[in-house]
Amino acid sequence: MRFEARVDVTHLPGIADPQGATVERALPALGYTNVSEVHIGKTIRLVIDAADEAAARAQVGEMCERLLANPVIEAYSIEITELAPT
Amino acid sequence: MSARVAIVVFPGTNCELDVAHSLEQLGGSTELVFHTATSLGGADAVVVPGGFAHGDYLRTGALARFSPVMTAVAEHAAAGGPVVGICNGFQVLTEADLLPGALQKNVGLKFLCKTVECRVETSASVLTSGVAPGTVLRLPINHFEGNYICDQVTLDQLRAEDRIVLRYVDNPNGALDDIAGIANERGNVVGLMPHPERASDALLGSSDGVVLLQSLLDAAVARSEAA
Repeated sequence: MRFEARVDVTHLPGIADPQGATVERALPALGYTNVSEVHIGKTIRLVIDAADEAAARAQVGEMCERLLANPVIEAYSIEITELAPT
Repeated sequence: MSARVAIVVFPGTNCELDVAHSLEQLGGSTELVFHTATSLGGADAVVVPGGFAHGDYLRTGALARFSPVMTAVAEHAAAGGPVVGICNGFQVLTEADLLPGALQKNVGLKFLCKTVECRVETSASVLTSGVAPGTVLRLPINHFEGNYICDQVTLDQLRAEDRIVLRYVDNPNGALDDIAGIANERGNVVGLMPHPERASDALLGSSDGVVLLQSLLDAAVARSEAA
């Protein structure tokens, strides 16, 4: 089976997010004074062939731990969507 | 006896010749080792120099750790051999799990390129064995991701085990506990954000880096004599 995986990598709670903080300080300059908790991360999309959704999720999780995210400073979440057979 | 220092070169590394020049000025012999190499050619010490290894894609240092040469670097480190990572090399060593923690973007999101004062905090490392603790050195920094971070347990450990090698006198990048450089448990692996090789001659505005480079060469000589 073929799946699309979407991995969202964000800073761990308590880790400084200077990009988010800087954007948060910039938004009021445009009049948006009611915005807080701005966080900037990254999204990784990939296609994976696996026996089933659980296997795909497990492998993507392993890839996150080993490469896609740095567990010292980053958290990640995984979304798996089954792709129609081609 | 001349110490032999391997200088690791990834695609995107750009400080290798400066490191080589500064070490040779002090009487060391150096060899550039490409990232595809599987051996360090019997070198006594290793420097992972600054630059943008593998374009810093994904995260700084993240892809460099998968280069074949890093297996040889890890083996050298495990055997007690001196390993020093400078700037991007420090980032590579943290990603390779040879040093704890990580380096995140500077507070204020500024790329910093200036000379700063750093205080040597311990002599118990291959980079500072010849320097009295408390010595303040003027060293250039040149980085966007130099803001050192680790969890509290690791920080307590670094402090208790005397592994904080260098601290900024006036913290330029938000680094936790003013940390500019750390060592592993044995003191043979050191990572630092400042560039000692760029402070290796009075013509460059500072020769304060010489004492660090000399300590590394001394450690390399000691290792070659022990072999």
